[in-house]
Amino acid sequence: MTLNSNIPDGPIEKKWDNHKFNTKLVNPANKRKYNIIVVGTGLAGASASATFGELGYNVKAFCFQDSPRRAHSIAAQGGINAAKNYQNDGDSVYRLFYDTVKGGDFRSREANVYRLAQISLNIIDQCAAQGVPFAREYGGTLANRSFGGAQVSRTFYARGQTGQQLLLGAYQALSRQIHKKKVTMFPRTEMLDVIVSNGRAIGIVVRDLVTGEISSHLADAVVLATGGYSNAYFLSTNAMGCNVTAGWRAHKKGAYFANPCYTQIHPTCIPVSGEYQSKLTLMSESLRNDGRIWVPKEKGDKRPANEIPDEERDYYLETRYPSFGNLVPRDVASRNAKERCDAGYGVGETGLGVYLDFRDSIKRLGEQAIRERYGNLFEMYERITGENPYKVPMRIFPAPHYTMGGLWVDYNLMTNVDGLFAIGEANFSDHGANRLGASALMQGLADGYFVIPYTIGGYLAKVNPGEVDENDSAVKEAVNQVEETTEKLISIKGKQSADYFHKKLGRIIWNECGMSRTKEGLEKAINEIPKLKGEFWENLSIPGNSKTLNQELEKAGRVADFLEFGELMCIDALTREESCGGHFREESQTETGEAKRIDERFSYVSAWEYKGENEKPELHKEELEFEHVKPSQRSYK
Amino acid sequence: MKITLHIWRQKDSKSKGFLEKHLLDNVSPHMSFLEMLDVLNESLVSGGKEPVAFEHDCREGICGSCSMMINGCAHGPQAKTTACQLHMRSFKDGDSIYIEPWRAKAFPIIKDLVVDRNSLDRIVEAGGYISVSIGAAPDANSIPVSKNIADTAMDAAACIGCGACVAACPNGSAMLFTAAKVAHLNVLPQGQPERKTRVKAMVKQMDEELFGGCTNHGECQEACPKGISIDFIGLLNRDYLKASFSRDE
Repeated sequence: MTLNSNIPDGPIEKKWDNHKFNTKLVNPANKRKYNIIVVGTGLAGASASATFGELGYNVKAFCFQDSPRRAHSIAAQGGINAAKNYQNDGDSVYRLFYDTVKGGDFRSREANVYRLAQISLNIIDQCAAQGVPFAREYGGTLANRSFGGAQVSRTFYARGQTGQQLLLGAYQALSRQIHKKKVTMFPRTEMLDVIVSNGRAIGIVVRDLVTGEISSHLADAVVLATGGYSNAYFLSTNAMGCNVTAGWRAHKKGAYFANPCYTQIHPTCIPVSGEYQSKLTLMSESLRNDGRIWVPKEKGDKRPANEIPDEERDYYLETRYPSFGNLVPRDVASRNAKERCDAGYGVGETGLGVYLDFRDSIKRLGEQAIRERYGNLFEMYERITGENPYKVPMRIFPAPHYTMGGLWVDYNLMTNVDGLFAIGEANFSDHGANRLGASALMQGLADGYFVIPYTIGGYLAKVNPGEVDENDSAVKEAVNQVEETTEKLISIKGKQSADYFHKKLGRIIWNECGMSRTKEGLEKAINEIPKLKGEFWENLSIPGNSKTLNQELEKAGRVADFLEFGELMCIDALTREESCGGHFREESQTETGEAKRIDERFSYVSAWEYKGENEKPELHKEELEFEHVKPSQRSYK
Repeated sequence: MKITLHIWRQKDSKSKGFLEKHLLDNVSPHMSFLEMLDVLNESLVSGGKEPVAFEHDCREGICGSCSMMINGCAHGPQAKTTACQLHMRSFKDGDSIYIEPWRAKAFPIIKDLVVDRNSLDRIVEAGGYISVSIGAAPDANSIPVSKNIADTAMDAAACIGCGACVAACPNGSAMLFTAAKVAHLNVLPQGQPERKTRVKAMVKQMDEELFGGCTNHGECQEACPKGISIDFIGLLNRDYLKASFSRDE
């Protein structure tokens, strides 16, 4: 099968308009005859469900949480980008497009990114009209800030809760459609398989998490808005429930998985405090504007930070990157922190942390100024660690945060399986090998509010409504398979919890497929993960049965998928013998130890095809072309 | 630290519940409260016993999933802190801790500490939105919103929908939740066209669910992890009264 990205012809600024015009429309009177399934109710899923409902389609929306409002988009702090140029500082659609392609380290599709930048304008209008309480100037206009090293102020925000407020906006729009009975909402319902018949997605299999009932739902199209897979590392900033199950099961039914090794490790998270650690907490990277990062010059120096004199401190980012210092991009800051800790200079009880010190800023600006800028973050830090960052330096360590990889989709956001779409973090398309700050919210809402409502019409116009058949043998097969897998998990009756295996898997992937990778390490991981998978299927313990609320069973199903998916992450990382975006391949570095991208060999999207249990997946390549933004090597020295 | 836990166990919505006692003798003060429960569950699972079901997701205090009474307080003893952000250093070695689910008629128990809070979703479905369809929005700066109004809307919108206000209220009332949702939209210029219908519809739905009435105890404000003020209940009452005497539908 060849990969056709279906990028429309024409100049880049006309592609989306032309495509909208050329896409077939569904007659308004016919829309109510079509059924659409949306899985996930984060920014992408809730906005898509609401918009489909408004257009007149019949929608069934599913989430595993108790309410659609709890999806993990809610936790995004920083903001959302839009090329409004409200600050008159020279921003434009083209500049946002340019920054995003460059920030993605030249591994994303130009046409998709350009469309994203165009749509960013509409998103802000829509959200403001919905009542999202964005920060305002005294004159009543919207406030902006510069974020993540951007040279222009294009980030819109709502205190430190931008994700929550945008999600509530989408959830409210969704609630309106639920009230109008255009959307039927299924909370506490987890998707466990896609039903594919003759190469076309016709529905899903779900488990009701309260009654344990497994059932099928059919539709004319299926949209996955199921988020990212950072929890493959076990410890990440993602919510505990985030998982790869929907994407992975779609992959096993034929959908290609693109760039699974592209993950983003965020530099400013609160370090792990012990074995019991369940997740990591992110703190805004704006802290690096005023904090200085350092470790002791002496290995294993156990003195309290304030007793270590300046000349015995190693401000390693300032020394290594004199022009950017503590403000180097996320990937560089993260990699250097890990390198220092691996070399034995880490601080804190576990040695997995570096200092982020506000002493000098407090001396220079006064405590009050620092409190005004970061008061809420300092409080959060103190609540979690019990330490007062006005008095002692913060300790920080990188943590997995976002995954750029996802299901392969074309320009219409459709996977290679007909009728199966993927939107938001669940697809791969817009961020290349590295995502810039404040662009995840933008992409989720762009896909849900403004892209898929058009492109799904183009697909539906080509199929007859309601032609999916309940008696199709694929339906029964998929349901049987899910029932079998569920019973198989329950009947292992071993000794260890799902978390036990998840933690072990996380440690392997973190060590070998985290910020820094080597051929040797990845081969080791590819050897170890299947063994762990074998152990899982022999020694897993799930008390209780499958006919009630059983949180251990839910976790086990997700861990089973992470165990298979983790191997694919490492296989993908192994084939990508270049350093690129968020990941550093040790064999591919410049003489000064910086990341070395190899465009001649790796300027492509890796799209993996599932070939069966214990079979090697097959790599398909979508070559990337750059007409507008000429690839260049990044340097921060 | 050594901790004695008394945890509510209830097989399902129909079964009778009871408090179950567990001893934990190796609790680190750096653990979060939920990590302490993870440790308990880990030991239950490896012993083949059913772990305690409890709701949690982001563990950053924003998703509103976690929901438990800790020693009689919604989300535990620390002010403006969800259960997931509470740490064991708030307790002393040798403490006994009682953990129970939210208790309110409108929140039926599903299992152990897990309750059904969809009644809150239904209040929002009744009118907690601005009816603007996708694509119909004017330029964002064409509707100026004064900073004070935007800040007030944000104060109300900070609600995470956890239901602590209902659990803390002696009447099991959802007034603070409903008031916050109404106020967020009713103070904004964008929310004006539906101001009256919104408040009437949401209050009606609130009454149809099994929430109790508000008798101004103010427990909700104390329990709210986001510090939402009961001033919004005043705003709700005012808007409701005005709407009741208005001819607009």
